[in-house]
Amino acid sequence: MSSIYKVIKTSNTRVIEVNLSPYAIQEEMADRVREINKANGSFMVNIMASPGAGKTTTLLRTIEHLGNRYKIGVMEADIEANVDAEVMASAGVGTIQIHTGGECAMTAEMTLQAIEEFHTKDMDLLFLENVGNLVCPAEEDTGADLKVAILSVPEGDDKPLKYPLMFQVCDAIIINKIDTKKFFAFDDEAVVERIHALSPSSKVFFISAKTGYGVQEWAEWLSDRISRKGMQCTN
Amino acid sequence: MHELSVVSHVIKIVEKIAGEQGIEDVAAVKLEFGEVSGIVPEYLEKCWNWSVSKNHPVLKNADFEWSITPAVTMCMDCKGTYETVKHGKVCPFCSSENTFLLQGNGINIKELVVRDYESEKGGTNNGTKAFTGLSV
Repeated sequence: MSSIYKVIKTSNTRVIEVNLSPYAIQEEMADRVREINKANGSFMVNIMASPGAGKTTTLLRTIEHLGNRYKIGVMEADIEANVDAEVMASAGVGTIQIHTGGECAMTAEMTLQAIEEFHTKDMDLLFLENVGNLVCPAEEDTGADLKVAILSVPEGDDKPLKYPLMFQVCDAIIINKIDTKKFFAFDDEAVVERIHALSPSSKVFFISAKTGYGVQEWAEWLSDRISRKGMQCTN
Repeated sequence: MHELSVVSHVIKIVEKIAGEQGIEDVAAVKLEFGEVSGIVPEYLEKCWNWSVSKNHPVLKNADFEWSITPAVTMCMDCKGTYETVKHGKVCPFCSSENTFLLQGNGINIKELVVRDYESEKGGTNNGTKAFTGLSV
């Protein structure tokens, strides 16, 4: 980025024309994450959602389906505490807890540090469980191969209208907690329509991480995406 | 609610440029953002003031200036352009929903103004008084 900006010199102040996105440094870091993952043969999935949408439980269910196929690692990002990492570790999953130090989303810089610390070389599948937030994580390119958002039924079917960027940038949306549907006015068709208005190619899965319903379909789709990337690498 | 993360990225980039250019005192940081970038100016300023108070010596005397770029949407059917905030996704000319945002959701660090102590010491006398009283 150093070559981009131009310096205009006046008497004793200088105006430096920058014209850079605030994310310029992060974009370079995200490229570095992609390079490392490619070299290690790791596929990285950025899981984003509101607090309480069921990120950790969905991951545990997903790992039940894919754990015998891939060596899986989970990076748990939170502002504080280790509760999610402890849940993962007690399920026997290799986990690293990242504290974002007050930041509302994982940046590529933090992801890069985590990958270096976590020794992800032998891992085929890396999940990044982002900070619970539907705004900031959507703006950060962490270098992940796939972006997935989880929306839970109690949050409501209007979330794609309120947080459009999140539903625009994701490759897949998981609608979780469908076992609670009888308690909430949640319109399945409306939510799919709203998601596809923002991102026509987005895959939508309806699951219950609690009962396990629908998890297999999502896990198989993910596995398919991983093998497609593998094919691209060898070709 | 992303103002704090935007500010922290802006500060990182300004500090990187300052390091590369040997800048010790930034006079102003100018930021442009789109009308539909989701930035609330009041929150942005609060986040800026809070962040620069946390050990960023290069920025301790810096003004923070921002401007808003209007959001414009283009209609794919009639090729007209219109104000996004006023009309949303539906084209006011032909009622088509086949529209896309042309501009207005971006954020750009436009420029930095930096104080140059070398030329001040060199004795030039045009407008240097504004900052000669600063402790360095």
